[in-house]
Amino acid sequence: MADTTVSLAMEGPRGPKPRRRLSPRNIMLYGTLIVVALYYALPLYVMIVTSLKGMPEIRLGNVFAPPVEITFEPWVKAWSEACTGINCEGLSRGFWNSIQILVPSVFLSIAIASVNGYALANWRFKGSEVFFTILIFGAFIPYQVMIYPIVIILREMGDGISAVTGTEFRLMGSIWGLVLVHTVFGMPILTLLFRNYFTSVPEELFKAARVDGAGFWGIYFRIMLPMSLPIFVVAMILQVTGIWNDFLFGVIYTKPETYPMTVQLNNIVNSVQGVKEYNVNMAATLLTGLVPLVIYFVSGKLFVRGIAAGAVKG
Amino acid sequence: MHSVEIKDLDLSFGAVKVLQGLNLDIHDGEFLVLLGASGCGKSTLLNCIAGLLEATDGQIFIKNENVTWKEPSERGIGMVFQSYALYPQMTVEGNLSFGLKNARVPKDEIARRVARAAEILRIEPLLKRKPGALSGGQRQRVAIGRALVRDVDVFLFDEPLSNLDAKLRTDLRVEIKRLHQQLGNTIIYVTHDQVEAMTLADRIAIMKGGAIQQLASPSEIYNRPRNKYVADFIGSPAMNFFEGVLDGGTFRVGDLSFSTEGYEFEKAPSGPAFMGIRPEHVATGDSATAQPIQLESTVELVEPMGSDTLVWATVAGERFRIRVDGQTEIRARDPIRIGFSAAQASFFDAASELRM
Repeated sequence: MADTTVSLAMEGPRGPKPRRRLSPRNIMLYGTLIVVALYYALPLYVMIVTSLKGMPEIRLGNVFAPPVEITFEPWVKAWSEACTGINCEGLSRGFWNSIQILVPSVFLSIAIASVNGYALANWRFKGSEVFFTILIFGAFIPYQVMIYPIVIILREMGDGISAVTGTEFRLMGSIWGLVLVHTVFGMPILTLLFRNYFTSVPEELFKAARVDGAGFWGIYFRIMLPMSLPIFVVAMILQVTGIWNDFLFGVIYTKPETYPMTVQLNNIVNSVQGVKEYNVNMAATLLTGLVPLVIYFVSGKLFVRGIAAGAVKG
Repeated sequence: MHSVEIKDLDLSFGAVKVLQGLNLDIHDGEFLVLLGASGCGKSTLLNCIAGLLEATDGQIFIKNENVTWKEPSERGIGMVFQSYALYPQMTVEGNLSFGLKNARVPKDEIARRVARAAEILRIEPLLKRKPGALSGGQRQRVAIGRALVRDVDVFLFDEPLSNLDAKLRTDLRVEIKRLHQQLGNTIIYVTHDQVEAMTLADRIAIMKGGAIQQLASPSEIYNRPRNKYVADFIGSPAMNFFEGVLDGGTFRVGDLSFSTEGYEFEKAPSGPAFMGIRPEHVATGDSATAQPIQLESTVELVEPMGSDTLVWATVAGERFRIRVDGQTEIRARDPIRIGFSAAQASFFDAASELRM
């Protein structure tokens, strides 16, 4: 009797259940994944390959063939020699314009939105919920509706500042006008992001800080800010990507000398004079896309953590 | 001398009235426990005293000074929270000194006070660590330390032990009591745990629906509960109740009739009433024969708890709990002889539920 129980226990299933590698399920799963991955990776591959070829090689028409003779000539040309109209400085000017637009816009929008979110989360006042609802509503208004009113606002504000300071100041067409527009348009979504994050911070922490005698700014800078790094990184990524990739506001609210990189890229690629230099166009496009890509790779981990911590929740 | 006085305090959130016309005087150096089920307004009251919630009406005095409009930091209070609420990015030392830095206390004074608090709470080796690297008990010690360094007269504890496991809770409970004896500050302590309340308090305020039901010493509350709610709330296992009619010297419930001899009535003993007797005041077996009221019943269920055993039976159609010694041999379906005395019972008016 004892023997049979022992042998039964030895024979029965034990340990992890064996799984087949090549099951129909796995073939479907990995097959789909591979096809989709190729679908997305192929255009990038074509772009990189083309940007490293000379024009004669491109004219052969083998889009997918790797370059026989690798040349960085198109990259150099795209950066510093490509022409838009009479201007032949390449993308570099647009790059520096974009940086000048990006840095203050990102800084300002995050600074204001984080304080907004903090106030709405921790210092509820009468009507704060209504205020918040109205602010969020702003995220759903199509940008196109606002374009012309903003043109007028920028013009009038510029005139107003000129009148007060006594010197000629134009907001419309200047980098600062665009910075203002980006800051305002980033406000709804960023405020939502920060408010939700700060709401998830335990309320007792905030109470403890008040008992400890910290005020509005004391709690913000000494308690909330140091423990909210992930959400600041998320906001930074959202803003850098959004503002860098913006084309619509850039083309409307600036003028040729202050065009951001995206607008200049468009002007280079869509220029109708002369031969279409595909390799230069590809290089120029890759150069323009590089900044958000680098930001993402550098801070990708923090991004995911921040999204998980506050943005989705609440 | 009063340490904390609360006069006619009202607090409402919109239409919801959480506290209504609440009055409370707390003596200097007293350990007062606010006890009640969740939602009774005890934490709200504490937040009002701390200044974290604005009173809708009424006044709060601390050390005979009207602090109703003062900021939390100006009230001379230190507060300990349930979730510890330590600043995660600061070291223990930073946590302890944060309030003092905000108050612009000189550096050497800060160092002196932090060292003293750390010594009292035995957290000196942890000063350079971040809260994330501490255990629950250590974190709560640091949180107490944060209140301690403020050198204030009144400590407010908001369920400080509820996040700890049972063993640690008992340890820290003793430490809080010791701390109170050592420092002699006024402590207002919110809890829903009646054991904490009974063991720690000089006086307990039992709250329900935003009002104080009874404010008295633990023994008074245990032995002479003001109303049926307090009687039912305090004591575990809960008091046994019979609904019946008082008629002179007897209490009639169904066919049974108990003598009320030995009970000191505050009001005329007549009319419908509740009789309450605590499970630990019920004698069984031979010792039951010495009691003025005696009954026979059958054991329905036995819950052994080691030190004692809880026996369930039925008396006069009601579930009846009896607490017996843990060594007693007793099994379900055994016959049991029960005896108790009206001297240890409580009588409540059936309509008002107030003590008679």
